[in-house]
Amino acid sequence: MPTYIVEVLIENKPLARDPEGETIYRDLILRGGYDSVRSVRVGKLLRFEIESNSAEEAEKIAVKMCNDLRIYNPVVHTYRVEIRGTRNE
Amino acid sequence: MFIPTAWKLGELEMNDIRVAVIRFPGSNCDLDTVYVLQRVLGVDARLVWHRDFKDDAWDAVIIPGGFSYGDYLRAGAIAARSPAMKHVREMAKEGKPVLGICNGFQILVESELLPGALLMNSTLKFICKWVTIRTETNRTAFTRSIPRGKLLKIPIAHIQGRYYIDEKSLRELEDNDQIVFRYVNDNGEVVEEANPNGSVSNIAGVCNLEGNVLGLMPHPERASERILSPFGTDHGKLIFESMIDYIRRYL
Repeated sequence: MPTYIVEVLIENKPLARDPEGETIYRDLILRGGYDSVRSVRVGKLLRFEIESNSAEEAEKIAVKMCNDLRIYNPVVHTYRVEIRGTRNE
Repeated sequence: MFIPTAWKLGELEMNDIRVAVIRFPGSNCDLDTVYVLQRVLGVDARLVWHRDFKDDAWDAVIIPGGFSYGDYLRAGAIAARSPAMKHVREMAKEGKPVLGICNGFQILVESELLPGALLMNSTLKFICKWVTIRTETNRTAFTRSIPRGKLLKIPIAHIQGRYYIDEKSLRELEDNDQIVFRYVNDNGEVVEEANPNGSVSNIAGVCNLEGNVLGLMPHPERASERILSPFGTDHGKLIFESMIDYIRRYL
């Protein structure tokens, strides 16, 4: 059975302020002279290796897991699941 | 389990109220909480390792502060999925008092026993200082002996304490009288300068609809003896005394 690499990206909802992103933007990026950058949001990336018969099934497992175990907090987070191919043995 | 010898249970005169303080890996102020309950209030309080915690035999349960599981993923997220929290949920359903202090509040929020979320402080810094909070309601098991509007001096110590909830849910909290404490200035006014962490509406503590589950970021167990307070106050004790009064009347 192949092993799929599945990434889950967790971000604050647009309404919830992200002070870490704001600080990086203000004190690093703008000070560093990158004036064309308009904003930064910081998130969290979890990379899973999931054994399954297909990419669709691997994604399904990841989505179910994120909801069952509250990997993200629906009150304040959005999340995105992406398949990044299979692991090379 | 380590308990300082001076606290050996046999040496204490304790009443018949039994309160569990759950210890997760990374809990702190758990012994302070047991100490206050036993030594200051005479309650039969016990420290219980989370794997050993069952909902029978306890009148109330307290989830202490700290950094359970190293705050990995999010503060409280891993402890919230532990079997111990299933038992806490049962006690909450039975109407027994459930108190979450600091990390305990984060665990109750992540368990969905309380609404909202607790995010990184707006300053991105760990804040450890005494603040003033205002008692917004006395219909809860933990504020029934405190007059509405009473100002309490109490310390905070956290980095993920910024209470967040969307506007619609905030209105519901207000309509249902679920906001229990707000950060205020010395005059009791809700102002931005008194908000240490950027919490929505200066919220420091909320309860469930029924009022038997309370979570708050400040540490009442660090403010229950006059000698520990720079103001000579013992306001934290009022919260525990309310809980005892509630247990005596209703359980």
